[in-house]
Amino acid sequence: MSEPALELRSVYKKFKKGEGFDSLRDLIPGFFKNSILNKKIDILHGKEFWALEDVSFLVERGEALGIIGPNGAGKSTILKLLSGIIKPTKGVIIVKGRLSALIEVGAGFHPDLTGRENIYLNAAILGMKKHEIEKKMDGIIDFSGISEFIETPVKRYSSGMYARLGFSIAVHVEPEILLVDEILSVGDYSFQGKCIIKMNEILKGGTTVIFISHNMESVLSLCNRAVLLSEGRIVITGDPAEVIAEYHKAGGSWSPKLSEEKKALIKDVSFEGVDSFSKPLDPGTHMKCKMKIECVNDCKLSPGFFLTHHGSFVFDTTYARMTGKVISLSAGDAVELVWEIDLNLPKGNYDLGLHLEDVDTGRYHEHSFRVENIFIGDDFRYESKYVLNPVIDLHPVRIPTKY
Amino acid sequence: MKEMITEIFQYRNLMYILAWRDIKIRYKQTVMGFLWAIFMPMLIVSAGILVNKAFSVVSGKPMELSKLTSVMIKSLPYSFFIASIRFATNSLVGNFNLVTKIYFPREVFPMAAILANLFDFFLASIALSIILAFTGLEIDYHILWVPLLVVLLIFFTLALGMILACANLFYRDVKYIVEVLVTFAIFFTPVFYDASMFGKWAPLLLINPVGAILENMNNVIILHQQPNVFWLIYVSAWSIGGFILSWYIFHKTEFLFAEKI
Repeated sequence: MSEPALELRSVYKKFKKGEGFDSLRDLIPGFFKNSILNKKIDILHGKEFWALEDVSFLVERGEALGIIGPNGAGKSTILKLLSGIIKPTKGVIIVKGRLSALIEVGAGFHPDLTGRENIYLNAAILGMKKHEIEKKMDGIIDFSGISEFIETPVKRYSSGMYARLGFSIAVHVEPEILLVDEILSVGDYSFQGKCIIKMNEILKGGTTVIFISHNMESVLSLCNRAVLLSEGRIVITGDPAEVIAEYHKAGGSWSPKLSEEKKALIKDVSFEGVDSFSKPLDPGTHMKCKMKIECVNDCKLSPGFFLTHHGSFVFDTTYARMTGKVISLSAGDAVELVWEIDLNLPKGNYDLGLHLEDVDTGRYHEHSFRVENIFIGDDFRYESKYVLNPVIDLHPVRIPTKY
Repeated sequence: MKEMITEIFQYRNLMYILAWRDIKIRYKQTVMGFLWAIFMPMLIVSAGILVNKAFSVVSGKPMELSKLTSVMIKSLPYSFFIASIRFATNSLVGNFNLVTKIYFPREVFPMAAILANLFDFFLASIALSIILAFTGLEIDYHILWVPLLVVLLIFFTLALGMILACANLFYRDVKYIVEVLVTFAIFFTPVFYDASMFGKWAPLLLINPVGAILENMNNVIILHQQPNVFWLIYVSAWSIGGFILSWYIFHKTEFLFAEKI
């Protein structure tokens, strides 16, 4: 029987751009301005904007929720609201249980204090009692792997040591609800591995976790549900894999700059060599992708073809890169472009994307991260390699003139 | 109100650790170490000797030893008050990192700042007791009033410290205003002199609650008298009322701290 550990009910948060009133002499004009305008909270005034708009979700006890989205989407604002650092402009936030927020590793370290002294300080800040700290002291020092330097002031630490100590304290707090903001990316490879194992242990212990990250792999492996935020609104909530796919479709943290006028269009994308994308494909499948480009207004184009795997590019090429030429089209022209590729890929899910880049402006007339989803299945014959043997072919086609 | 108190009580551990941090830092990598605790009172006493010498030259009477002990005794609570106000005013802005990153009742910052100074006050009091024992200061049972006076002083310091910490967070010039006031406050507080020297104008000096506390300290320790009841009540009203009001305002504006800092 699960019960909600925390809940957000149509939460709104308003922030203000620019500087606020900072000195006493600014107060008086500010005060009169406010009273004359008779501010209402649900309307934006001047430089205000919504950092969060109508955000609702519910997290059950023991659940791990991942929050993903581009920078500035409002992820950290949610954590700050949940931890009580700031209050929502509108809406209700319910938190049940002892909550600990790891918004920044080593926040509150004092440079002049030694590692051990900082453990006392930081652990107390994160809500641990003195006897708990003493009990866990050895574990924290052990985990950080910097026991040699524990009596040295942290101002002499390298940034890696600093982060390791901060993280070790953080994971030993053992709250009922843990808020984590992008902190798994500290330390070297082996330390990151240790962190993931520790996080899994915490999850198995029944702690509710809210996890913010740009590292999709860790969201996939740690969370059982995810929320995609964009510009302060929830785009989708659900299974992490689906939410991540949606995020990549929407352009991930990098969004292509689209041109204001669509001078060319991609039409009629078709595939050869593949019967159906809903079944796993054999590695090494030779695939042809045909696309028609229709020109609306004169432009020079370099079409692109790419494959991504959980948001990272596996393969990316453009017409210009492969041929050293660009496609010049005038209004009414149409060409057919064929990409050929050997899908010598390891087992997994890949997204096939296409774009039309305008060579003059560097902007895109068309850009899609997910034209098709390709699933590569097992291959018992040989080990997969990234050898894709791309071939390219351009054919002019005649289309009936409309005028 | 009850919630506010239980919350602070829950976080008392953190308050001790923050105070401990402030103390540690103050004595780390320093020239003077623990002498620092008696440095400011010592300066005040030296200035007090100078001023009292000048008084005696002008009036033609010799300087009394009791005047000197009086300055010594009053210099400690006074320097505790001044140092606490300085530290408390900066306590929120100085802990910027924690205010914007982690939640806990923000009252612990000014409270911890004052607690750290209380530690210095305690050290200096021990030093002073030893000195006074050598000078052969006579005390009687009236000294039992001292703890109450110290408690009132602490509450008054908390009241002022919290409201100033909060004000400095919103308006950064509060810090400079406080610096200027603190520099000249010694002239308006009966530390070097006794309020009674002003005759019928004495009450004017005692309107300042710190002045009234110091004067009562002088009464109970040096003069072996009961504290002045009227001024005791006056000070209690300031300390307790001020503390409650200041905490209330602090608590009500607390949710804005992380955004407005």
